[in-house]
Amino acid sequence: MTVIQKKSDNPIAHLTAEDIELLGKQLDAIRQSVLDTRGEDDARYIRTVIDVHRKLELGSRAVLLASGFPPAWILGTIGLSVAKILENMEIGHNILHGQWDWMRDPKIHSTTWEWDMASPAEQWKHSHNQLHHTYTNVIGKDNDLGYGIMRVDEDQKWVPAYLAQPLWSFINACFFEYGIAAYDLELGRVIATGQTKDPDFRRRAKQVLGKIGRQVRKDYVIHPLLSGPNFVPTLAANFVANVVRNLWSNSVILCGHFPEGVETFEKRSIDGETKGEWYVRQMLGSANISGSKAMHLMTGNLSHQIEHHLFPDLPSNRYAEIAPQVKALFDEYGLNYHSAPMHKQVYSAWHKIFRLSLPNGWLDNTTPKNLPTQLVKLWKMSTGPKSARRRLLQAEAAAA
Amino acid sequence: MQPSPPSTRPRLTALRDRVLKLAELATTPLLPQDYLDLVDPLRSGAALRGRIEEVHRETRDAATLVIRPGRDWRPHVPGQYVRIGIDVDGVRQWRAYSITSVLGRADGCFSITVKAIPDGRVSNHLVRRTEPGTIVQLDQATGEFVLPQQTPDKALFVTAGSGITPVMGILRNLADDVATDVVLIHSAPTADDVIFGAELRELAAAGRIRLVEQHTDTDGMLDAASIAALVPDLAERATWACGPLPMLEALEQYWADAGVADQLYTERFRPAIVAGDGEGGTVTFTENGLTLEADGSTPILDAAEDAGVLMPSGCRMGICFGCVLPLREGAVRDLRTGEVTTAAPGDGVLVQTCVSAAAGACAIDH
Repeated sequence: MTVIQKKSDNPIAHLTAEDIELLGKQLDAIRQSVLDTRGEDDARYIRTVIDVHRKLELGSRAVLLASGFPPAWILGTIGLSVAKILENMEIGHNILHGQWDWMRDPKIHSTTWEWDMASPAEQWKHSHNQLHHTYTNVIGKDNDLGYGIMRVDEDQKWVPAYLAQPLWSFINACFFEYGIAAYDLELGRVIATGQTKDPDFRRRAKQVLGKIGRQVRKDYVIHPLLSGPNFVPTLAANFVANVVRNLWSNSVILCGHFPEGVETFEKRSIDGETKGEWYVRQMLGSANISGSKAMHLMTGNLSHQIEHHLFPDLPSNRYAEIAPQVKALFDEYGLNYHSAPMHKQVYSAWHKIFRLSLPNGWLDNTTPKNLPTQLVKLWKMSTGPKSARRRLLQAEAAAA
Repeated sequence: MQPSPPSTRPRLTALRDRVLKLAELATTPLLPQDYLDLVDPLRSGAALRGRIEEVHRETRDAATLVIRPGRDWRPHVPGQYVRIGIDVDGVRQWRAYSITSVLGRADGCFSITVKAIPDGRVSNHLVRRTEPGTIVQLDQATGEFVLPQQTPDKALFVTAGSGITPVMGILRNLADDVATDVVLIHSAPTADDVIFGAELRELAAAGRIRLVEQHTDTDGMLDAASIAALVPDLAERATWACGPLPMLEALEQYWADAGVADQLYTERFRPAIVAGDGEGGTVTFTENGLTLEADGSTPILDAAEDAGVLMPSGCRMGICFGCVLPLREGAVRDLRTGEVTTAAPGDGVLVQTCVSAAAGACAIDH
C-alpha cells in the first residue's frame, strides 16, 4: 500500500472538484434525514442497551461470587466479557462521540460520561474525536495508524526492529486499553522529547494513573475479595474478561482502518481540504464489517465504520439504516465500498502487519520452496553492512 | 407542615452515604446509584424524580397528572410550582407547572394541571400522550405566589385560562375554618373550557367563594375597569392574578394608578418577550469550545440546548436566576426589555441565558 497521491492508479483520479462537492451535498442530505427523524425510538434504544449492560454486568459478577465452581466461572466470565464489550463499544465510544447529547440527559452525555477503560474519557475524546476523526488515515497526523509504534506503510523505512511488530501488535491487542491510554497521553513523544516534567503532562499522567488504579482495584482486589474463598478464580475471570474485551476492541479497530485496500493519505494532501474532500477521505480510509445485528451491536456499530466516519455524531443505531444509501453513492461515484466479514478483515489486517514487519517485497517473494534462501537473505538484510543491506532491500522490492 | 423526622434519620442517612461511598470501589466508573436506579428510581438519596400515576382529562385541552414524587420530596406551599423534566420525542424538556392538589394526600402524590397550548411541544405531550408509569425528573416545589402566613380577611383572585391552576392549589387548601371572603374572577373561552369548572361552581354554590366567570367567546375580554366595577371593595382586597401577559400588565397598571400596587401579586408563566430586532450572532462557549449560530430572537439557553450543550437552567422565564452564566465578551439582548448588555474581553458580566439572545458575537463561560 502507498499513500493515495503516489498511486499509479489513484482511485479518485476520475472525480472532478464539482463531483466531490456534489457528493458532499448528497452526504449532508443523508445526515439531515437522520437528524430530522431522531427521537423517542432512538432514546429508547440507548437506554435499553445501557439497562441490559448494567444487568448483565451485575448478574455476571454475582455468578462469579461462586467462581470456584467451574460452570459458574465459565458463565460469569462470558457474561462479564460481553458486558465489558458492550460498555466500551456501543455505549462508551458512542456516547463520548456526542451521539446521544441531543437527548439532554445529563447522565447520558459526552461531557459527563466515564467508561470502564484505562484512558479517562476527557483525554480519549481529544485524541480520538479531535485527532483521529479529523486526520483519519493521514500518515504522520493520525496516531491511530499504528499507534506510533508500527510500520503501517511501504514508504516508511524498514529497520530490523520491525520484525517484532507482529509480537508487539499482539501484546498491544491484549492490553489494548493501556496502549490507548499511553497513546492518548502521547507517552512516546513526551519521553522522546524529554518533556516528562511538563506540568500539563504530569496532570494528565496523574489522571490516567488514578483511573487505572481505580479500575485495577475494582477488578483485581474488590471483586475477588467479595468472592471470599474464590478470590483467585474471580481475579482470573476478571483478567480474562478484560483481555477478551481488549482483543475484541483491537480487532474491531484493526478492521476499521487496517485491511488491505484501505487508503492512506499524505500530510500535504489535506491542506485546504474542502468538506467534500474530507468526506472522500473518510469514505476511502474506512472499512466495514458485514454481519448480523448481533455483530453490529457488539462492535458498537463500528462494523459501519464508513458511515461512522462520515457522520461520527449520528446515533449508532441509525448507521445500518443509512448504509444502503451511502453504498449507493459509492457506486454512483465509482468508489470502492470496502466491506467484508470480520474474519476476512481481521486476517487482512494481520497479514498487512506481518507483511510490513518484513522488508518491502519479501513476503510476496517468499514461497515454501525458497524459504531457506529467503531467511538467509532476511538475516543479511538485518545484520549485514549498511551498503549491502540497502542493495538487498532494493533488489527485494524490485523483484516483487 | 414539615413532618418532623425521627431522630435516627440523619444518622441513617450518613451511614447510607458511607456505604455507598464504599460500594463505589466496586462499581467505578459508574456509581452504586446507577445500579440502584434500575431497581428503585424514587428511593431516598436518588436524584429527585416522580412517576406519573394517573392522567385525568379536565377539559378538551387540559389534563391533571397525578405524580408520585421520590422520597426526598418536600411538601409544597399551596400556590407554588414545580419544575418537571420530561422526555418528549427523546429530548429532555423542563417546564414549570403549578401544583393543584391538596397537601398531605393519603397516597403521598401531588398533582399538576396542564393546559395544552397551541404548538406547545411539552404541554401537548403531557395532556395528550403521557402514559401512567412514565418517570419524570423533578425539582423541589418553589415560588412566591402563595398566601401570607396570616390569611387575609378579603382576597381577590383574577385568573384566565390555565392561570386558575395555582389559585386552585390555594383554594383547595384553604382550611374550612378560615373565613376569608374570596372573590374569583376567571376568564375562559366557554363554560366548558373552565378548568375545574364543576368544582368551582360547587364552591360558589356552597357559599365558600364568589365566582365570576367570563366566557370570552361570547362575552369578550374583561378589562381592569370592569373588574373594579365587579368588585367595588377592590382596594380592601389582597389580589392574586395569574394569566396571559397583557392581562397582568393591564392589572399592574390599574393597581398602580389606584395607589394599591403593593396589594397585587402576579404569576407569569412565560417570559414577556419583546419582538427582538436583534441580529443574533456566533455564540462561543469558552470551556467546552463549542460555537453555534444563534438568531436574535432565540434565548441562548434554547439555542445551546438545541446544539446538545448541557446548560444550567431554571424557570426559563427570567425569574429564578438558575441559568446565569458569565458573558466573557460580546453582546446579548434581554428579550424582555430589548436592553443590550455588553462585555469587554475578560469581563464576566452575569447574564440570564433563558431570556438573553445573542446581539452579535459573544463568548460565554461554560
